[in-house]
Amino acid sequence: MLTNYFKIAIAVLKRRKFFTFISLFGISFTLTILMVMTAFVDKVVNDDYPDRKRDRSLYINGIELRGNGNMNGNALSFYFLTHYAGSLKTPVKIAISSGVNGTNTYVNNKKIAINYKYTNADFWEVTDFDFLEGKAFTPQQIANGEHVTVITEQTKQQYFGNIPSVVGKYIEADNVQYRISGVVRNVPITLYMLYSDIYLPYTVSKTDYNSNKGYMGGYTGILLAANESDLPKMKKEYEDMVSRLPMPDKMYDHIYSHADSFITGYVRTGNEEKSGVVIALTALGIFVLFVMLLPTLNLVNINLTRIMERSSEIGVRKAFGASSRTLVYQFLVENLILTILGGAIGVLLSVVALQIINSADLIPNLVLSLNFTVLGIALLICLVFGLLSGVYPAWRMSRLNVVNALKA
Amino acid sequence: MIHLQDIQKVYRTDSIETLALSSISLDIGKGEFLSVMGPSGCGKSTLLNIMGLLDAPTGGKIRIDEKTTEHLSDKQLAQFRNQKLGFIFQSYHLINDLKVLDNVELPLLYRSGSAKERKQLASAALEKVGLSNRVKHFPTQLSGGQKQRVAIARAIVGRPEIILADEPTGNLDSSMGNEIMDILLQLNKVDGATIVMVTHDEQMARKTHRLVRLFDGSQVQ
Repeated sequence: MLTNYFKIAIAVLKRRKFFTFISLFGISFTLTILMVMTAFVDKVVNDDYPDRKRDRSLYINGIELRGNGNMNGNALSFYFLTHYAGSLKTPVKIAISSGVNGTNTYVNNKKIAINYKYTNADFWEVTDFDFLEGKAFTPQQIANGEHVTVITEQTKQQYFGNIPSVVGKYIEADNVQYRISGVVRNVPITLYMLYSDIYLPYTVSKTDYNSNKGYMGGYTGILLAANESDLPKMKKEYEDMVSRLPMPDKMYDHIYSHADSFITGYVRTGNEEKSGVVIALTALGIFVLFVMLLPTLNLVNINLTRIMERSSEIGVRKAFGASSRTLVYQFLVENLILTILGGAIGVLLSVVALQIINSADLIPNLVLSLNFTVLGIALLICLVFGLLSGVYPAWRMSRLNVVNALKA
Repeated sequence: MIHLQDIQKVYRTDSIETLALSSISLDIGKGEFLSVMGPSGCGKSTLLNIMGLLDAPTGGKIRIDEKTTEHLSDKQLAQFRNQKLGFIFQSYHLINDLKVLDNVELPLLYRSGSAKERKQLASAALEKVGLSNRVKHFPTQLSGGQKQRVAIARAIVGRPEIILADEPTGNLDSSMGNEIMDILLQLNKVDGATIVMVTHDEQMARKTHRLVRLFDGSQVQ
């Protein structure tokens, strides 16, 4: 039976080549967009390099003061992270790092843009960077305010070219020479709390990290619990601490700051009434719906046109024993064959698109790839697409009156 | 084998009511070869469609092989057609995208059986109509007579007890028409198939056991 459906499906595709082209183009193009998007989301959500301990980490990336129509929000101060977050009992370590700052440096008259970030010693314990050579700077080096740095492999390549080892060599950033203590694998910019080209001890920062006793500053933190089961307790402890914070100014009456899981922290919008996850999922859903809607409607339309061409076949099948349900099944199978064919083309197009995106380095250090998750989701999208665009035409087809169908 | 009692068919639109069949009662015995004649638009095909359970009458009762059919669901009707009835159409209604063998095995797709079994039965049916050398051709590569023979093979492949033929020779020249008629007579005589044939051709009709004439939706003979 399936062989018969397959033969018919292929024959129908061959019959009106322009229709087929439009259908396949619509499906494959839609799928390409969705697969690139899925690859991006998958990379952000599932690739846990370098924070491989996400399952026992909470992320704190901002604080917001509100009151009487006033609102002030920012990242956190170093003082807040060490003094307030540092007073919590549950976290075993707190990774502290600044936002990235940009500077230009010159090698052989070639300008290189370098992003740098300040970190504390725990940053290297909480995260799990892959060191290609050397190691992280030590707590002692930080305490001494030594000009040491950890750089990424891309920075090494840009600054030094193809040389085997750079540990012990110096790199200049912001007119200061830093001795390299280690080289790590690149971190994509999408992990904004961890991304940088070079990492420096917070003690070498030109701004006095300790003089700002306010809550806001340029730092974020990752609280690491001893184990996963401590997360709710750690979250509660953090929120209790925030609720006890003294109000810095009379114009404010509320202080908001959250210790979030990776995803919640990633999509937090600053809207305290609605979860960022819900907003992100809704936005994603609407995007997927719109991207899929037009080609689906187009396919429904083409399928309806094709039904009229096939009325004689439908009549014959009914006359010889096909029930309406069997015909719906046949048409859905045929439509799935079409969408899977479009899907296969979509996968090829996606490979090309991802290669272009990766090689153009549109998003620094973000290497997108197709994996089983992305392919699985693509297959699911194909199935949904095939069913959505096939159900209505299939139902119409099955309702055709046999006598009229045979007359047409 | 086929029992029609007081069959009526009325086509209604918003403003017009057309009586296509008026009180037709007919008994067709097992193994009988009956022809239905009449001018165009007299209701011959409508009657055949009702006998084939492709169309429902507005009034009256149908019993086929001692089974009343009026309360059968879509699925049961489909199953009944598949098991009991074979259709031959004037314009063949072959599926041009499928090869001859695939066309013939179509009724077998809707019942249980292996692919191998289906192929064997379809090949045997094609052999019976003298087309075993055309199994891999597409319908568009065949002459009108050959197409109708494929259609006959498709009608008989599931060994139905009843064959309903709607002007099977209508699109063919007399020599090809005679060939088709010979095959139908053979099916009736040798295999014992009950055949109802709508035709315009008096000469063909005279070869059958019984002739029924319709005029303006009523039986006149």
